Amino acid sequence: MQTAMQGATGAPAGAGLADDATRMVLTLTVRGQLCGVPVLSVRDVLGLQSITRVPLAPPEVAGSLNLRGRIVTAIDLRPRLGLPPREAGTPAMSVVVEVGGELYSLLADGVGEVLSLDAEERAPNPPTLDEAWKQVSLGVHRLGDDLLVLLDVERLLVIAQ
Amino acid sequence: MDDLLVDFLTETREGLQSLDGALLQLERNPGDRQVLSEVFRTVHTIKGTCGFLGLSRLEGVAHAAENVLGLWRDGTLGVTGAGVSAILAAVDRIRAIVEGLEATGSEPEGDDAPLKARLEATAKGEAPAPAAATDAPAAESAAPAEGGAPGAPQSIRVAVEVLEDLMVLVSELVLTRNQLLQLARAEENAAFAVPLQRLSQITSDLQDGVMKTRMQPIGNAWGKLPRLVRDLSNDLGKRIELEMRGAETELDRQVLELIKDPLTHMVRNSADHGLETPEQRRAAGKGETGRILLNAFHEGGHIVLEIGDDGRGLNTDRIRQKVLAQGLASEAELAGMGEHDIHRFIFRAGFSTAAEVTSVSGRGVGMDVVKTNIERIGGLVDLRSKEGRGTTFTIKIPLTLAIAAALIVEAGGERFAIPQAGVLELVRVGEGQGPRVERIKDSAILRLRDRLLPLVSLKRLLRLEDGPPAEDAQGFVVVTQVGSQLFGIVVDRVFDTEEIVVKPVAPILRHITMFSGNTILGDGSVIMILDPGGIARASGLGVEGAAEAGAAAAAVARDGRRTAMLLFKAGDGAPRAVPLALVARLEDLPVERIEQAGDGLVTQYRGRLMPLHALPGVLPRGEGQRQPVLVFGDDERAMGLMVDEILDVMEEALSIDAAGERPGFLGSAVLAGKVTDILDTAFWLRQAQPDWFGTQAQAQRPRVLMVEDSAFFRSLAVPAITAAGFEVVTVGDGRDALRLREAGERFDVIVSDINMPGLDGHGLARAVREGGIWAALPMIALSGNASPAEVERGRESGFSDYVAKFDKDALLGSLRQCLALAG
Repeated sequence: MQTAMQGATGAPAGAGLADDATRMVLTLTVRGQLCGVPVLSVRDVLGLQSITRVPLAPPEVAGSLNLRGRIVTAIDLRPRLGLPPREAGTPAMSVVVEVGGELYSLLADGVGEVLSLDAEERAPNPPTLDEAWKQVSLGVHRLGDDLLVLLDVERLLVIAQ
Repeated sequence: MDDLLVDFLTETREGLQSLDGALLQLERNPGDRQVLSEVFRTVHTIKGTCGFLGLSRLEGVAHAAENVLGLWRDGTLGVTGAGVSAILAAVDRIRAIVEGLEATGSEPEGDDAPLKARLEATAKGEAPAPAAATDAPAAESAAPAEGGAPGAPQSIRVAVEVLEDLMVLVSELVLTRNQLLQLARAEENAAFAVPLQRLSQITSDLQDGVMKTRMQPIGNAWGKLPRLVRDLSNDLGKRIELEMRGAETELDRQVLELIKDPLTHMVRNSADHGLETPEQRRAAGKGETGRILLNAFHEGGHIVLEIGDDGRGLNTDRIRQKVLAQGLASEAELAGMGEHDIHRFIFRAGFSTAAEVTSVSGRGVGMDVVKTNIERIGGLVDLRSKEGRGTTFTIKIPLTLAIAAALIVEAGGERFAIPQAGVLELVRVGEGQGPRVERIKDSAILRLRDRLLPLVSLKRLLRLEDGPPAEDAQGFVVVTQVGSQLFGIVVDRVFDTEEIVVKPVAPILRHITMFSGNTILGDGSVIMILDPGGIARASGLGVEGAAEAGAAAAAVARDGRRTAMLLFKAGDGAPRAVPLALVARLEDLPVERIEQAGDGLVTQYRGRLMPLHALPGVLPRGEGQRQPVLVFGDDERAMGLMVDEILDVMEEALSIDAAGERPGFLGSAVLAGKVTDILDTAFWLRQAQPDWFGTQAQAQRPRVLMVEDSAFFRSLAVPAITAAGFEVVTVGDGRDALRLREAGERFDVIVSDINMPGLDGHGLARAVREGGIWAALPMIALSGNASPAEVERGRESGFSDYVAKFDKDALLGSLRQCLALAG
């Protein structure tokens, strides 16, 4: 716990636990690229779901799905991050996040594990990073041979209409 | 905030609410001691409590008011209108201070001295302050619907949020129940079938129960109106009586909130624009006191609200002038509109006919906002007005917005819900079934009974279509009404109706105006709820003006004054037009299908060879292109005219100017502001020689009565005869014709078909010859069968001449000959 995070100074006992939670990310892959979203915003991880297309919606919006009686808007990370569509027959995984009281599902190619990441080890976005990624990336972590892009969930949901 | 203060505020708010009503009652009936002491008590309580809480401003105002009330109660001072006004002003001040108190926790700053002075003057028996106040007649006004002191009701306060949360939970429960039922249907003899039935029943009851908690009497939205009307009558110098009926009618509080403002506006409008001053009313022979009537009642799943007045009514001429001045419609368009259609212009943005702007209304914002707000919650507004008699607005709104019946449809492989409220009927269309969808360039129309219905393809609107549009639209048309605009939404399939719980769409999808929400169906799938208003707007049908024009255009001319015209291009120069009723179909043929046969061109069409003619100026198309063709005729014979491009369909009062007349064209008319050549269909049908029109003086147009049951032939003959300088009146059969005779209509000549349903041509001729004002009129028979025997039969019945159908020249010749003989 020597890595006192910003704003945590003077926090009472138990803040360490919260610190742990804020550092946890759920990893997912989008076309082979390892990404992470803060675990605190994740409500659910689902397998294949039937998704209703929403006509006239932006291409990033895959449609709506029913999560236990609540309507969830699905955002496909492939088009959102400027990547080609998923190959036919490969099912997407759905990471449900809550933002502003609304549920959204982020469609990824695969969902990995929950990791604890040290904020101090986070590197800023490389200047050469694609513009679509730069807008939604909070920074990059080195994980062995891989690089993990930490995604900003709120900014993922800002979609040009 | 202090608990004591919170209690005080709650109590005071309730007291203030009853004060307005009680004071008005007092004004009507100054001798009512019970009401007087009730008012006194309320003000006294307020004064006492605020003294205790150290609220000095409130105490001061309440004290001054209490003084006056005390004198009234003791009988030392008479109750006057001016006095009541002063007390009401004090009540308003108290309300303002209480509101400030609620917001900030302390009394707002302000100067009460003038108000106190006014109250003191009143207490001394002087009459200062605003004049205008009149002693309201006590006996004349009807007793208020509900009066008296309210007893302690069996009710508790519940925060609105709690009710909202309950409603959301019940909605979820309903959806889950629906899903369970769907599962149970798939499984026979399931052990849980019986308990599930029970659960289903309880869920329905619970839903009803929770819905009831959200229901409020509409009277709650009317509470402020008596005061509003009273103040208005003072400001405007009018005597107004407000009558409210059906105040106990209940509706969902969400809907109630949404109609409060529109309702207030409409009452204001009635008082300001609708009702006259006492002098004007006396001059018009009416009682001096004008009446505004509010009426609410249930009708189906809707609540109907009427706001009526017995005032001057709408001035149709003034609206017409204003419409012209603002360029909202042309003179010709207005001429074709009924009074009601013209009145509906007041729902247009920026439209106000008030001669001068008053402080109350007449700023030209209002009725359009009212209409938009009401349509937004799935309601309808309409009005009826009679000059000199008054105006009544009718609002029809759904009881609740949370749960609605919806029609589930499919388009482009996706399912959608359409709220039942806007659906008028379902029509099956397609090859060989029901009415046919006709295409004019990119827009499709449906001929439904006597209307032309603009169609909106859901597939295309929502961009669900992959390939090019299908040649023949098959499927269903959901006939929908938004405001006064009728249109059809074309879908592929229709499933049944389902009760749906309307949920708002996610914020990132809210810019798509075609959807009003989304929902989860019984099978667990998510579907989007279509917003007919949004669809109409997206298709350019939604604006009130467009709606009026559309509605006028949709009604196929019955009286012959307005004719639907098909506009097309053929060669250079002016666009050409032909009455739409004459065109059987519009085709777009691949050039390869056009073949040379003898001297002319033909195409294989519906198993026959159809001759094709190119209009002058239409050049042959190259390999691989398509040729637009107008198909004329009926099942037995057909011919096609090749044109360059189909442009549009429009409805116009057709006035053909023979100046543009030349072979193949009847002349020219002004359509959509452009000089347009009108096709002489008969010429092309018969491929006859260039025709002749005598240029006839238009001054004395002989009147022709045409009796003909075929709309096809009517549309063919009327333009031709009109162009030749006759005035034509058409009826569908012999009986209708005789009715005109009974009505005393005079004509110069009668042209009649022989074969008609009801009274046929022979029967009509005999009836005409029997006597009456038409007994000596020349009569011309029209028939497809002009054999000598048939002609002889016609003469026996009383016809003067016999002409073959489609022979325009012969008909015109016969007409002139008959008139020459008669004249």
